[in-house]
This record gives sequence, structure tokens and C-alpha cells, in this order.
Amino acid sequence: MSVDMVNVAGREADAGRRPPKMTARDVHVWYGETHAIKGVSMDISMDDVTAFIGPSGCGKSTFLRCLNRMNDTIDGCRVEGRIELDGHDIHAPSMDVVQLRARVGMVFQKPNPFPKSIYENVAYGPRIHGLARSRADLDNVVEQSLRRSGLWDEVKDRLSASGTALSGGQQQRLCIARAIAVDPEVILMDEPASALDPIATAKIEELIDELRGRYAIVIVTHNMQQAARVSQKTAFFHLGSLVEYGNTRDIFTNPREVRTKDYITGRYG
Amino acid sequence: MPGWLMLAMVLVVAGAGFWLGQRRAAGFVAELGTRVGVVHSRPNHHGWFVAAAAFVPALVVIIVWAMVGDRVVGAAVEAELPPGTVPEGSLERVAFLADVKGVARGTFAAGFNPATEAAAAIWRAVEGRYSLLAGVAAVALALMGALWALTRLAPDFRARTRVEGLVMAVLILASTVAILTTLGIVISLVFESFRFFQLVPVTEFLFGTQWSPQIAMRADQIGQSGAFGAVPLFWGTIFIGAIIAMIVAVPLGLMTAIYLTQYAAPGFRAVAKPMLEVLAGVPTVVYGFFAALTVAPLVRDLGLWLASWFPLLDPDTVTAQSALAAGLVMGIMIIPFISSMADDALTAVPRAMRDGSLAMGATTSETIARVLVPAALPGIVGGVLLAVSRAIGETMIVVMAAGLAANLTLNPFDSVTTVTVQIVKLLTGDQEFDSPKTLSAFALGLALFLVTLMLNIYALSVVKRYREAYE
Repeated sequence: MSVDMVNVAGREADAGRRPPKMTARDVHVWYGETHAIKGVSMDISMDDVTAFIGPSGCGKSTFLRCLNRMNDTIDGCRVEGRIELDGHDIHAPSMDVVQLRARVGMVFQKPNPFPKSIYENVAYGPRIHGLARSRADLDNVVEQSLRRSGLWDEVKDRLSASGTALSGGQQQRLCIARAIAVDPEVILMDEPASALDPIATAKIEELIDELRGRYAIVIVTHNMQQAARVSQKTAFFHLGSLVEYGNTRDIFTNPREVRTKDYITGRYG
Repeated sequence: MPGWLMLAMVLVVAGAGFWLGQRRAAGFVAELGTRVGVVHSRPNHHGWFVAAAAFVPALVVIIVWAMVGDRVVGAAVEAELPPGTVPEGSLERVAFLADVKGVARGTFAAGFNPATEAAAAIWRAVEGRYSLLAGVAAVALALMGALWALTRLAPDFRARTRVEGLVMAVLILASTVAILTTLGIVISLVFESFRFFQLVPVTEFLFGTQWSPQIAMRADQIGQSGAFGAVPLFWGTIFIGAIIAMIVAVPLGLMTAIYLTQYAAPGFRAVAKPMLEVLAGVPTVVYGFFAALTVAPLVRDLGLWLASWFPLLDPDTVTAQSALAAGLVMGIMIIPFISSMADDALTAVPRAMRDGSLAMGATTSETIARVLVPAALPGIVGGVLLAVSRAIGETMIVVMAAGLAANLTLNPFDSVTTVTVQIVKLLTGDQEFDSPKTLSAFALGLALFLVTLMLNIYALSVVKRYREAYE
């Protein structure tokens, strides 16, 4: 039995609400002189899919990228405030960014499979982190990840074909398989379906629903219906501030803030 | 009438034509209004049309006169001189006429032959007559062109389209120059090589291992047999340009590119990249004496030191002009070339690839080794091939540092020679164009040209295919 499956069994045994997986307190982000995120605080739960919504440029993607420190790769980007994963500060010197990103995976807006075979794409993470002891072990991880991302039946006969030869929707599910192959605890998705057609989008949404509970999932989306369909918690960002954060049902049916209501009903954005 | 005066007068006519055409068209606009379609072309287009109609035919006359004028005048002068003044032989006749022209124009103080003094006066008179004729013809043609064009102007005349066509014709002409030149080079190489291969069999040239192009000048001369086996030259070229230089340049250039694109702070990159480009702009002759005066002695000392430790290396083969010295310096010269090609290839890999790998928890170096370099590999390989084709055609460094001995050796401390060095050696100084010695330079040039051409075509197609993959 792989390490991965032990973890899953452990998680599912925990039936009730679990403590927040990630917490953010008073997070600020600057790009050079631009104040992109202004004091955002939030808890992210293992039990929910959390959706970030808001008009373009509101900072939702920027905040998402804070959670696995991908903003470190952008020149001139400065992050302040405290972000914790299981109670440990992710900016602490003792926190290795390599391990953080292995625990907090990410799926990007545009499918970005590596120009390698399907197998090698999924095996990439397990290889660099040494998660598989043998070839058989690695085969197993690859199969599990592809099954979990719903791609196995479509690609099992052509694992050595190039990942870039798949359709857009398949590529995105390959990227999700790649992310879950290292058995992360959190998966960040930055508009994962915005470059896909409606059928591929529906598959991604189904997949997100199936993965819920196993991973803490955060999804940035421009699509209000999508947020309503897949998420249990919704955060509405506007001009770099977190305007409202709560249960998705409440946000969509009975928002507390006027700005939230205006955005959801299509007044602006 | 001197050529510049003809040109100036024609330009004046063309300028006046421009002004008149523009005025005329401005009149149409004043009369009919500015609504789109009423007057087809803008006044400037009418002006340019008239100017071009005046200038182009006249320019043709001026160019033709500049090309054939001297010959026409020469023939006329010859006809007017008393018979016997002009020498009989073809060479002497040309020299005499050149003297006459020089004296007539004042570029020579006096002619070699006293008869030129009298002839010069005749030359001056004849040239004055004929050039006046040519000048009048040019100006008349310009005037006629301008008048013809002015009669064509009308509100619905499509001057704009005509001017556009003229612009295109000029651009096509400009771009054809380079292509035609290349064609001319190829034809001359092929022609002279053909003559060479009539004297020396192709198989000897391509597969012979003995290169000694000296040809006996007298029948009884010894040691000047003339052997044209180019294999040692090809080997020397490959050894220096494709092996030693690339062993130096590929790792250094690639690592430079990786550092500059992936690790360096933007400020450092902004300074370092232009500095590398400066390195690419250093004249190769400067590299040449750096190789010959600085690197070669060091390499020789190193070779002698090694020879004292390893009996396998014969100290007699360690020379001051070594393949290693030339190859090392050529490698340094190629570094900026490879690093800039690799830089382009690495930056062309979408940022999403890099982010995807980093987001998996890969470190920067893992990302480079496992994702970026494999993805950029076709571009990098193409760049290296282009660099090889440049290195094997490089001349100055090898002329100064590699030597002339056509050795077929694997020893980098020994001296080898290259195709380019031999071409330089064969074609400098006095040559006779019917000897295989001189003609062999063209065969070498053709071989070099074909190899670099094929390398370039292949490399560019690799680079292009790779670019398309990321569109």
C-alpha cells in the first residue's frame, strides 16, 4: 500500500470538522509600488472547496499565489503578514519552500503540461521528491493519480505519448494528476477551466467535487455559476481587499455587503 | 559635363516636377473638396509620381553613360588620332588610352608615352562633346518625363497606386542584390572548381591524405610534386572549429545563458548581456593575436610540461602553433554567439512551464535540468550548429595561431591547418590562374561553402520547427 493511501484512510476516518488547514492573517502584497493585497485574513478548511471570486485585477490570483509562495518567483513582489500551514508559518526560515510547494500544489489557468510523455508528466513530482522506492511503486503512483483525475481510461494505452498532444481539457486534468501525484494537502487552482470548452469544464468541476475532502481545494474563478456549483465557501475580493467571506449559499442568496450583491447580480465586474 | 552635374540638373527637374504635380493636385482638391474618393490621391502622391517619371529614365541614361562613356570616348579619340599613334598590342593599347585619360583629366602629371600629350587634348575635346550630348539627353528625358506625367494628372488619376508600385520595385531591387550576389559567388566558385577538378581528380581531393599544393615551376625541380588530398585540411578545420572550440564554447555559453536567464537579477543581466555582445563585436584579428601571442606560448609550455610526465606525448610534436591554442581562442570568440542563441531558446520556453515545475516543489536547478533545457534543446542544438558553421568558416584566428602544416593528427599540441588558412595562403601574393595550386583554393572554398550552407539550412530548420512548437 502506498504512503498516499494510508493518508487518505487517515483523513476519511476523521469525520467531523477539522481545524483550518491554512490560515492567513493581515496579508499585504506589493508589486513594486502597487499595493495589490490589503490586509486579507482567512481560514481555509480541509472539508470545503473554497472559491475566490471578484472582478479582474481584484487580487484573488495574487492572494492564491501567496499560499504556496509562488509570488517569490516574481521580481519586485513583496508579501507581508502571517500565513500558516497546519499552524506553521510558511515564511519562517525553518519552512523550506520546496516542501511547502510539495504540500500545497497548484494548477494554472492555462494547461501547462511539460513537453514530456504523459507518464513522465505525472512521475515528475514523485521523482524529484523521491516518493517512489521502485519502478513498480512509481507506476502505481502514476496510475492512482491518473485514476483520481479521471484521465486513466483515456490515456492508459498511450502513457508514452506526449502530454502536449492531449486536448485542452485532458491537458488540464493531466496537470491536476501531476499535482496530486505528490500527495499534497492543499490544491490551489487558478481559473482552471477558463481556457476550456463547456464539456471539459464540466469534467473539471466533477473532478473538483470528487477530490473534495481528500484535499483542501481553493479555486479562483471568474464564473459565478462555477463558484456556486463547486464550492462550499466563497471569498469575494475587490480592489485588493477581502470584502466578504462565508458559506457559498449565503454569499449567493443573501450577501451581507452591497458590493458583493452588485457583483453577483452583474452590476459590475 | 561631369556626371555630378548631370545628376544635379536631373534632380532639379524632378524637384520642379514634384512641386508642379503637387500644386496641380492641390488645385483639384481646392476645386472639388476633400471628400474621400473625389480626388483619388493626395497631392504628395501626384508630386512623387511626376518626380519619379522625370528622374527614373534620366537616371538610366546617366548610369549607362557612366558605364560605357570612357569606351565610347576612347574609340572616338583613336579614330581621330593619326594612324600608328596608338600601339598595336591589346595591353599596350589599353595602357596608352588609360594614360591619355589620366593626362586629360589631370590625375597624371604626364604620360609615359610622349604621344599622350597631344592625344590628351583630343580626349578633352571629344569627352566634352560626348558628355554634353549625354547630359542634354538626360535632362531632355527628365523634362519629357515630367511633362508626360503632368498631362496624366487628373482628379481620378491613381498616383497613389503608382507611387506604391514604385516603392515596391525599389524594395525588390534592393533585396535582389544580396540574392544575386550569393548566386554570383556560387557560380564563380563552381566554375573555378570545375577547372580544378579537370586537373586533379575529385577522389584525390576528397579522400587523399597528402596536402602539398606546391607545383614545380621548372621541370627538374624536386620536392614540388603537388598533392591535393584535402583530408588533413578538413580534419584540421573540424578539430579546431567543431571539436576544441565547441568543447570550450558550448558548456560556457550554455551556463552563461542559464545564469543570465534564470538566476541573475535584472540589474546584473542588464549589464552583463551588453558586455557579452561587446565580446561578439571584437574584431577577429584581435582574437588572432591574442591567440598567437598570449595563448599559444602558454599552451606550448603546458604541452612540454605534460610531455615530461607522459612519455606518450612526443615533445617534438608540441609546437608554438597548436590546434589547442587556436581552438581555445575560437571557443572564447563563439561563447557570446552560443549564449545568445541559448538565451533566446530558454526565454522562448513559456513561463508556464517554469511555474508549473516550481509549483511542484522543484528547485530552480531541477526545473532547468528537467524542464527548461529539454524544452529548449532543439533551439540550443540549432544554435550550436550555427556556431559550428561560423567557427569552421572563421579565418583570422587560425591564420595567426594554427599554423600551415597539413598534419593529420589527434594531438591538440601539434599544429594543424584549416581550409580557410590554406585558401588565404593560396590566394595571397602572386598567382597564376591556370595552375591547380591557385584553383585548389576555389575547390576548398566550394567545399567550405557547401558544408556551412547545409549546416545553416539544417540548423535554421531545427530552430524554426522548435519556434512553431510554442506558437
